[in-house]
Amino acid sequence: MTYEGVPALVETVEAHGETTLVVDPARVVEAAMHLRDVEGFNFLSDITAADYLGWGKHGVSGYIGTAAGRDLNTPMTQGYQSLPKPKPKRFAVNYHLLSVSARPRRVRLQVWLDDGEPVPTVLPVWPGADWHEREAFDLMGITFSGHPNLKRILLDDDWEGHPLRKDYPIGGEPVRFSEAE
Amino acid sequence: MTVISDRQRAPIYEGTRIPQPIPTMLRVSQELRETGDVMTVNFGPNHPSTHGVLRLVVDLNGENVVGLYAVIGYLHTGFEKNMEAKSWWKAITYAPRIDYLSFQNNELVFVLAAEKLLAMEVPEKAQWMRTCLCELNRIHSHLVWLATAALELGAISMFWYCFRERETVLDLFELVAGFRMHTRYFQVGGLAEDIPRGFFPEAQKFVDWFPHALDDYEAMLGRNRIWLERTEGIGLLSADDAIALGQSGPVLRASGVDWDLRKVEPYLAYGAVDFDVPVYPQGDVYARFRVHMDEMLQSNRIVAQCLDRLEAMEGEPWTSDDRKVVLPPREELHTSMESLIYHFKIVTEGYRVPEGEVYVAVESPRGELACYVASDGGPRPWRVKFRAPSFAALEATATCMSDALIADMIAIVGSLDTVMGEVDR
Repeated sequence: MTYEGVPALVETVEAHGETTLVVDPARVVEAAMHLRDVEGFNFLSDITAADYLGWGKHGVSGYIGTAAGRDLNTPMTQGYQSLPKPKPKRFAVNYHLLSVSARPRRVRLQVWLDDGEPVPTVLPVWPGADWHEREAFDLMGITFSGHPNLKRILLDDDWEGHPLRKDYPIGGEPVRFSEAE
Repeated sequence: MTVISDRQRAPIYEGTRIPQPIPTMLRVSQELRETGDVMTVNFGPNHPSTHGVLRLVVDLNGENVVGLYAVIGYLHTGFEKNMEAKSWWKAITYAPRIDYLSFQNNELVFVLAAEKLLAMEVPEKAQWMRTCLCELNRIHSHLVWLATAALELGAISMFWYCFRERETVLDLFELVAGFRMHTRYFQVGGLAEDIPRGFFPEAQKFVDWFPHALDDYEAMLGRNRIWLERTEGIGLLSADDAIALGQSGPVLRASGVDWDLRKVEPYLAYGAVDFDVPVYPQGDVYARFRVHMDEMLQSNRIVAQCLDRLEAMEGEPWTSDDRKVVLPPREELHTSMESLIYHFKIVTEGYRVPEGEVYVAVESPRGELACYVASDGGPRPWRVKFRAPSFAALEATATCMSDALIADMIAIVGSLDTVMGEVDR
């Protein structure tokens, strides 16, 4: 199975039995339309954003303490034998697609973004993208341009920061009423 | 393979009903709003029929629902963030707590994802036991759904009957793992312990009894005039709209799509067991009820086949012997220095999972449950993300409610079978 006809294709990665199609973020809608209409990926299973800040640096695995936050978990990465391959940009947005048809198969559509760089919404392609994109915006701070209702979904409207970013500390949120006022 | 009911109908509706431009929001037109006949009602977040903490903001014109949007996030507890800060070994305990009705399936999907990155071989006995428990878990989840969905429409007695069988299933989980819920019985490499003596006779008793219990439910609800009046022809969702909105599991099968990951992408031992996938074409609340009822019977069949196979596997290994990942047997710790070192390393530092990213999907009681994990080669997951079927199911609320009455709302939201813990994670 090849996906050479996908528009704006940057790279195809085969790993762990899964196919990842890396595309140019500005043309993601074009690629998505092609995958839906030509390749038959009619089902958007999930949209996952991932933050790769600190990827492959020493003393970093899963959590980066900040000056403001409490360092609850001392990193345990001294024994690294090799560093992971570097990533092109800070954020990855993964669209996990599935073909609900007689020929079931999966593919991952992936775009890479810098902080603050927008990616066009795929809402016109798969209506189910609505809440998935709002979740990625809420928890990871990815901007989906053209989304008609890009608001926080899980957190309060006045929440500051995006908790799933690596520079957002665990335990850094002050607990209300913890001190006598 | 497919069970089609005798209740045939015309197509559910023509074209699409997904609202524009926001697919998850019904909006009142300006003209209707200006007539002054629209009343906005806040439903929830604390309401016994919301299966957790769901808030729906509903615009009513008389008894007709003309506007609707859902507000979620009240149960957001940051599972995914927490799992990034725990070793792979400890993170397993978080996964089942995301969905408190299908805990075994949540545990399974995370464990399968880690095993895929590690490229681990899991012994056959563990595969069959996982299948067995996941199907018991499906029965448990469907029983709670049936009990509460019927209770909300006034069929109180269903609640007592369903919880009678649910207790038996939970007793089986307790027998196996020591806990009634959130068992953490699956771990990377296989099972946490061997199957205890006494499990097979107890489980066999349940398997023999359960079809009679289903007959009880059928007798009370299946042809009950009130139940039919409240559920037939409402909450309509066509097959195309269901796929476009990412619906899965019983909701998708009740819209006439023959789709079950246990058949199309067989995992565990599902390729070797015999079962049917119930599909109903009507796309209404009653069809979803029928799918749930039929699935419980099919799950019971699978459990019976698993018990037969497992009983013949007495004495076989229940977990992988890869000491880099799996804890050594307890008795070895007193005699072997090496085992003690491995035990210490796994418990304190955790095992390392090779670099990469995987996406693993299973058919949970609520549909396509998937887990995305990325690893940098260290002892903790870099990123964990759960694709929650309940989250996707709630996206269909606005489409299902587009011609509903306020009284139907309870039935429709209930029929989507959402667990708010999983929606908010």
